[in-house]
Amino acid sequence: MSKLPGSPLFLERRSYRFRRMMDAVRLLPLLVLGFWMVPLLWPVPDPSAGDAVPMSHALRYVFGVWLAGIACCFLLWRRTARQIAQETQG
Amino acid sequence: MVSLNQLVAVCLLYVVGLFAVAFAAERAAARGRGDWLLRSPLVYTLSLSIYCTAWTFYGAVGYAARSGLEFVTIYLGPSLVMIGWWWILRRLVRIGRSHRVTSVADLISSRYGKSNLLAILVTIMAVIGVTPYIALQLQSVTLSLSIFASAEPQAPSGGGQINSAQAAFWVAVGLALFTVLFGTRNLNANERHHGVVIAIAVEAVVKLLALLAVGAFVVWGVAGGVEQTLAQIDRSAIGQWQVEGGRWTALTLLAAAAFICLPRMFQVLVVENGDERHLQTASWAFPLYLMLMSLFVVPIAVVGLDLLPEGSNPDLFVLSLPLSQGQNSLAMFAFLGGFSSATSMVIVATLALSTMVSNHIVMPIWLTYGQNTVQQSGDVRHVVILSRRLSILLIISLGYCYYRLSGGGGALAAIGTISFGGVAQFLPVLLGGIFWRGATRTGAICGLTVGFALWVYTMLLPSFGPGAALSASTFQNGLFGLQWLRPEALFGINGLDQTVHAVLWSLSINALVFIAVSLFSFPAPVERLQGAQFVNIFDHSTAARGWSASVAASEDLMIMAQRILGAAEAQGFFRAQAQLQEKYDGLPEPTPRFVQALERELAASVGAATAHAMVAQLVGGASVSVQDLLAVADESAQMLEYSSQLEIKSRALTDTAAKLRSANDKLTQLSHQKDSFLSQISHELRTPMTSIRAFSEILRDAEGLGPEEKTRYASIIHSETIRLTRLLDDLLDLSVLENGEVSLNRQRGVLRDVLDQAVTTARAANTRVIKIDRESAGEDIVLDTDLDRLVQVFINLITNAQKYCVADDPQLSIRAHQRGRRIIVDLIDNGAGIDAASQALIFEKFSRLPGQGGEGAGLGLAICREIIKRLEGDISYLTDVSGTGFRVELPIAQTDV
Repeated sequence: MSKLPGSPLFLERRSYRFRRMMDAVRLLPLLVLGFWMVPLLWPVPDPSAGDAVPMSHALRYVFGVWLAGIACCFLLWRRTARQIAQETQG
Repeated sequence: MVSLNQLVAVCLLYVVGLFAVAFAAERAAARGRGDWLLRSPLVYTLSLSIYCTAWTFYGAVGYAARSGLEFVTIYLGPSLVMIGWWWILRRLVRIGRSHRVTSVADLISSRYGKSNLLAILVTIMAVIGVTPYIALQLQSVTLSLSIFASAEPQAPSGGGQINSAQAAFWVAVGLALFTVLFGTRNLNANERHHGVVIAIAVEAVVKLLALLAVGAFVVWGVAGGVEQTLAQIDRSAIGQWQVEGGRWTALTLLAAAAFICLPRMFQVLVVENGDERHLQTASWAFPLYLMLMSLFVVPIAVVGLDLLPEGSNPDLFVLSLPLSQGQNSLAMFAFLGGFSSATSMVIVATLALSTMVSNHIVMPIWLTYGQNTVQQSGDVRHVVILSRRLSILLIISLGYCYYRLSGGGGALAAIGTISFGGVAQFLPVLLGGIFWRGATRTGAICGLTVGFALWVYTMLLPSFGPGAALSASTFQNGLFGLQWLRPEALFGINGLDQTVHAVLWSLSINALVFIAVSLFSFPAPVERLQGAQFVNIFDHSTAARGWSASVAASEDLMIMAQRILGAAEAQGFFRAQAQLQEKYDGLPEPTPRFVQALERELAASVGAATAHAMVAQLVGGASVSVQDLLAVADESAQMLEYSSQLEIKSRALTDTAAKLRSANDKLTQLSHQKDSFLSQISHELRTPMTSIRAFSEILRDAEGLGPEEKTRYASIIHSETIRLTRLLDDLLDLSVLENGEVSLNRQRGVLRDVLDQAVTTARAANTRVIKIDRESAGEDIVLDTDLDRLVQVFINLITNAQKYCVADDPQLSIRAHQRGRRIIVDLIDNGAGIDAASQALIFEKFSRLPGQGGEGAGLGLAICREIIKRLEGDISYLTDVSGTGFRVELPIAQTDV
């Protein structure tokens, strides 16, 4: 959909950064979801083949992704919270 | 060893502490103090932790001990929803705040045209869906009590067993008491329940610390460090990744859906949200909380499996592990954690459900069947509050009944999943409502009903076991003996995990029916308006639906508002509204805007559908005003206008480009013409000059010329000079005409005479004969113009025909007639005509048609055009005749002159 008339084509650097940060806010859950669905590719234990993924690896992976997602979310919050508040009120 | 009495004493002390905290918070809020804490993002995040119930506290460890890492999906789903707050929660919170939504049922009914039927449906479904969940909490508290009782050395005659039914009963009574006391103090469900929220925040901290303490004790106190714990995990029975892909995905989706749709989560996420900014803080803080809650689950499960005797209930490892190691105070702390998880969930869940039941079921019934109508005076707030209190008791007793019926023996996680499946049925309707304007009330009702029926049949009823709710033969052979209706293998698809099977079928068929019926049904105006407002919540958050309130007297509205809001609040609201209307005494005018605001205010107390019905009783029906429809149409109209503007502009640009191109072509051709004219005119000037020079030299130098020869040479010189003079005259004439310096000699005359003169002159000057065909009847028109100049034009046109008509029998027809206030004279010969490319140029100066002889300099038609222009007429080439044709148009003579 095209933009309505009146929205500028070029933004000042600050607004541009903010919009890209908001893009990141939108994309982050999809990224985390993708990483959490990776275990679907892991082999399920099978008596004939002994190459199952050990639980400690699985734990490290799932919680690692969790922590990374939280950290990203926290950093994005630090960078965007003030401007979102301004936009909401103004 | 902790005695049961000690435990109960600590427990009561803890509850008293909670009461004190809640009471202090209510007092502080009433005095307007402590906002920094009560309205802080920290308290908001902690209040979300009611997602972590006894299921999390006890059940997660049991779940992990039975199925490994699968338990974590229950926390991955909500984490995803929180991290993706921008997509769904932000919309929900904004809608909830601007429409003063009181519950998930209120949101759905409000979106689909304030339908009371839908509200009732959602409420009943929510009550049924949440009942197993409340039973789960009662079961967990009773189980944890029993484990302390069985460990008691000097057991009374009961043999170390407590009466679980009695224990569950007293727990239920205590919870009901707390909820009634703090949950129904203020009527306005939209106002935050500060006491409850702060008590829940405290409980959130207690349960997190308790679980972390047990976890830390297990990892560092029992297993001996992180590395050793991980090694022990890998050696254990659950030491390998063994989660089915289908369950992993389905449970994550289910947990995410339940997180949004659970009435209690909706209550804390949306209704109790005091500031939209808190949502973003919670977007990282709440996943962090969930992660910490699940961090030690696997270690506790593994160490428990290792140390505790075979056959211990893994759901209680969190308690039995510290007890078996002699850590009594830690076990006590863990018990308090579990108690906190269970109580906070029950309190908020019953609070949310009771609001729904009283707003959507009790109040409408009371309004319809009670003898009193809303116009009567008297406070109805006591009715609302009483109905809420009764609803709380009803819901808790339903949970207690489920607990007794199911026998209290099931695994906690299995019961929780059933509950999740029930409330997840709201998801398609909820998401469709906030993202899709085409979603209709009929579609929502159909989708919800089908999804819920499937859930009951494939998940809830089978949970009681074969032979209880469904007969064993139904399990074996399907409903009515139809194989494809078997509750655990619908449509003959065998081999699916039972949870995946139920979630897959109920949610997908729910969504499918919802979408299909929405596509083929047509929404009512109010529904469409609400839909547009919900979907475009960030474009126009203001109200856009009006009442035709001229019928409603302000007094009636005032009486009704007093009964619901209370006298002081209602008067304050009316005064503020009157001031908005710039009336400083008396009641406000019942403008649509005012009635709208009043309805929102009432909706915060009794729900949108009830408030709408009450106002409708007084006002006599909602009307969708033209302005409202315009507001909805506004957006699409803007787009339409913009695109049509673009279209017009692009068409104009195309036109201009075409004009420029043709102008450029003309200029190029003119430039060529000028060049060729220059060479032409030098040639024209040179030829007579050469002969003049030659014959004058002969006259000067040759001797013995006879007088005859002298006369002949002199006359050649003379005629050449005349030719030169004529050429120069033409040029001069044209330049005078073009500069507008010519003075016209206006005369009155008849067209026939003008043409006679022109024909005579043209014939005399030219040897080539052309037959001229005239119709003198049409030529009897009076002219008031410069007749000499007009004759000049006609001579020129006739002469051209004489010179250039290539026909064997050249003929020129002259037709004159009058059209309106114009005289039109057509001169058409039977020659070959002029090709299209040259037509545009024939009136230009010095243009001579290619391939034609003749001695003209190409000025004739240019002069004609200039003359006619002076005479306020027009000359043009006729394109639609067989030969060469010119049309001369002149203004008719003014009769009054």
